[in-house]
Amino acid sequence: MTPALVALLALFAYPLSRILIRSLFDPNFTLKHYIYFFKSPLYIRVMWITFEISILSTGASLVIGYIIAYVLRRAKPTVRNVFLMCIMLSFMVSLLVRNYSWIIVLQRNGVVNLILKYFGLIDHPLRLLHCKFSVVVGMTHIFIPYIAFPIYSVMMGTDLNLEKAAQNLGASRWQTFWKVTFPLSLPGIGAGGLLVFIMALGFFITPALLGGRKEQMISNLIQIQVVDLLNWPFASAMSIILLIVTLFIFYIYNRVLGYERLWGGVRT
Amino acid sequence: MGGREDMKQAGNAKKKWHDPLHIGWPLWLVSGASIFFLLVPVLLLVPMSFGSAELIEFPPTKFCLDQYRKFFSHPMWQGAVLTSLQVAALTSIASTILGVLASMGLVWGNFKAKGIITGFILSPMIVPLIVLGLAYYVFLAKLGLIGTKLGLVIAYTPLTLPFSVLPISATLKGFDRTLEDAAMNLGANRLQTFIKVTMPIIRPGVLTGAIFAFMIAFDEVVIALFICGSTAVTLPKKMWDVIRYEIEPMLPAISTLLLLLAVVLLVSVGLLQRRQAKRLEAR
Repeated sequence: MTPALVALLALFAYPLSRILIRSLFDPNFTLKHYIYFFKSPLYIRVMWITFEISILSTGASLVIGYIIAYVLRRAKPTVRNVFLMCIMLSFMVSLLVRNYSWIIVLQRNGVVNLILKYFGLIDHPLRLLHCKFSVVVGMTHIFIPYIAFPIYSVMMGTDLNLEKAAQNLGASRWQTFWKVTFPLSLPGIGAGGLLVFIMALGFFITPALLGGRKEQMISNLIQIQVVDLLNWPFASAMSIILLIVTLFIFYIYNRVLGYERLWGGVRT
Repeated sequence: MGGREDMKQAGNAKKKWHDPLHIGWPLWLVSGASIFFLLVPVLLLVPMSFGSAELIEFPPTKFCLDQYRKFFSHPMWQGAVLTSLQVAALTSIASTILGVLASMGLVWGNFKAKGIITGFILSPMIVPLIVLGLAYYVFLAKLGLIGTKLGLVIAYTPLTLPFSVLPISATLKGFDRTLEDAAMNLGANRLQTFIKVTMPIIRPGVLTGAIFAFMIAFDEVVIALFICGSTAVTLPKKMWDVIRYEIEPMLPAISTLLLLLAVVLLVSVGLLQRRQAKRLEAR
């Protein structure tokens, strides 16, 4: 195990600690980059947009992922296997390809606009790309497998006879769902939801490719600071802020669920 | 069993009994549409890949292999594919070796702070890629490794380590260590025991981890944006530049090839898992 730890310390922890130091020393100890971040309305707005898009895409993927998991739990093995294969395939396809496919689907003369026009529903193409809608759609598309798999694996471990028992005791279908099925699936919802929310906060590819100028998230700003403005200390400070928020959510995750569950998200 | 029948009678006679296994049509509709939503955008690229290589069009107006021909005859794309393959293969090897060592320590070791160390080894999974990108940009610039394949391997090895540790430790947990004692009793040394006894048994987990590590390194673009430079351009980095700044009508063909790669990797992971399940059953 020692070689792995040494490699991680030298090639992972050390580089990260360098940007922490860079964000705090310029050349003497200073908090000015952090103060600038929290004082500037622009960056507060970006933080807000980051949270907004993360919440929307996590919420959307939770709803869709939950329904998929619910159906998977109850479907016949053949249907279940077909569904699982489709979700796995989507999960394994290159992220860039998935984002690119949404450009093709949503752009001005893209598939959606073509179809709407063909049926005479619109006269002018809708603006579907480079807006909040396209970013949330693209991110939801990527997150669904991360949600569906942990909820499905938790659901597989619950006994459906409990639902029969609840009905037997006089519960209606809704009551059975809200009092039995849903609470039992909560660990899966928590695991998938928190993991996806962590991923969403630091997401870069989708807002960059499918978002407009107003949908740039904190990751995109970090890249702009580094590549276009060469402002490394400020970019480092932003990275550390993002990292701290991420670690804080992960800390909650670990307290509530234990990090062993992380694997649930990528189990095949 | 007749359990359901009994319960039916026991339940309120007026209320309709609802079978927990029953899936109503609205659920079928939503879940079917979701599966459609997951796959169709990507599948649309397949017919487009046989269209013109001059302009992006949907639906394609002609059927030809121009895009593929263009892709396979373009030295810059060839170079990018080669770089990506080399980097992903080396990363996968490095991460698998470290992953096997780390997993043996984590599963068999008996020491304090196991939880913290496990968390540390898995932590690259949750650090945002952009933060890693910046960190490696600063780190590799100092070492003069920006724009080198070695630099990319250095950045990707920690990133992929959790994905090899997790499946490997999962198989190790099911491994009976008395087999090792038996081999050593029969005169095998530690290395022989590892190669002849341990490795064959944990191989499915190791290969699954290696495939995941390969896939992640092969597809990674965010860190690559920072450290590729202009001399070690990977396939995702090249695709990124094209999607962002140019109109390149052969992207559907490249996407289709990557879709094929995903299918191949999915099938191999599936086969490995089946093999492992069989092995566990046999014991």
